[in-house]
Amino acid sequence: MKPIFERGPSLSLRLFLALVASAGLITLDQYTNSSAQLRSFLTASVSPLFYLANLPQDVMFGASEQFKSHQKILEENQVLKNTVLLQNGQLQRLQFLQQENDKLRALLGAQPVTAGKRLIAEVLAVYSHPFSHQIVLNKGSNDGVSVGQPLLDDLGVLGQVVSVGPNSSRALLIVDNTHAISARVERTGLAVVAEGIGQSDTLRVIHLPHSTDVQEGDRLVTSGLDGVFPEGYPIARVNKVNRDPRQPFLQVTAEPYAKLDRIRYVLLAWPHTGTSQADPEMLAPPDDVKAKEQH
Amino acid sequence: MQTRWRILWAHFTLVFALLLVVMPLPTWANMLRPDWPLLVVGYWVLALPHRISIGTAFAVGFFVDVMVGTVLGVNAAGYAVVAFVLAANHLKIRNFSILQQAFLIGLLLAMYHLLIFWISHFLTGVYFRAAYLWPVVTGMLVWPYVFLLLRRLRRQLKIQ
Repeated sequence: MKPIFERGPSLSLRLFLALVASAGLITLDQYTNSSAQLRSFLTASVSPLFYLANLPQDVMFGASEQFKSHQKILEENQVLKNTVLLQNGQLQRLQFLQQENDKLRALLGAQPVTAGKRLIAEVLAVYSHPFSHQIVLNKGSNDGVSVGQPLLDDLGVLGQVVSVGPNSSRALLIVDNTHAISARVERTGLAVVAEGIGQSDTLRVIHLPHSTDVQEGDRLVTSGLDGVFPEGYPIARVNKVNRDPRQPFLQVTAEPYAKLDRIRYVLLAWPHTGTSQADPEMLAPPDDVKAKEQH
Repeated sequence: MQTRWRILWAHFTLVFALLLVVMPLPTWANMLRPDWPLLVVGYWVLALPHRISIGTAFAVGFFVDVMVGTVLGVNAAGYAVVAFVLAANHLKIRNFSILQQAFLIGLLLAMYHLLIFWISHFLTGVYFRAAYLWPVVTGMLVWPYVFLLLRRLRRQLKIQ
């Protein structure tokens, strides 16, 4: 039933109150330190919605797995076995190289580089809103995830964790508009900064003078200088170099190796900070990874 | 008491629209995804402006902010502004034909997108691309279906 007389405050007053409230929220989220806590609490409280939204996809995926033909599974098994064989061969070589590297580093008096702990997390949601490229993961502070932790997958660097809830966390992708990563051109060793521009397939390499030696096809790898990402992981491939003398800097764009718009699983890395923290437990692969390997 | 609580059905449709925001889609479809919650809030503001108005729109916009990952309060402000325009003119807009309504909704969607782009530009320095405006077109195209579906729901369940 519609009342004849208006009750409550007038529309303009309500709009004014809503705008004041949103200005307050923006200030709280953007300019204060409590935003991480607030965000993680909110992420946790809406996580049932993410599970629900993913349900149809999961059911479809499960059903298609159920009805896969025997022949197809055999073929897939064969391919996987071949891959494992190939990679095991490379792994043996890697162990040898690792030992050699450790010895050489010991000769130089440098700290040995050891692999840190790794954890596989599932992606609950991918935000590809043009103004925010983020993902929500199903691992949180209960699993030891912390803010600033780097994310990787089998192709390259994905991003870093920006807020953590008890059972879920939120990570910023490298292509987000507010993200920049310290990189190194693999061919020349030049240190550069690659920033996201809000498109899931483009990074921009900024502040390069015109005399810089950069070519199309150059690989960008992490430099480790930012103290967030471990050194030497692939980030992107340079796909356009525009030498326009009217511009103050070179205009260079690169395409990330990781398929950032279709991630399902990510690898959470614990950045290694020297020998003192290398306890044996951290070097062993966590149970989660073992479980994945058995599947 | 019965009629009083039937408004919860409207809130249920809002929650469902929020689910559609985070439903995984292929990349090409992701850019075309209409702003479902805004369309649904828009319908309820037109139909029941004394029950669902700027406050509810603000709350829904806030949830969109939380789920989509934009700066908190940006979508809330955009939703509140759209709800204000609809609530202030609901008697006029109700008399439009569905096609006229669709065009008007398209205008409001464009205003909403430009508004949140403008705020986000000041906050995080995003760059404008014409592709941001695809949801305006798709939103206009789906409005007649949203309108007819929700009107049917409202009449069947006697939500007032």
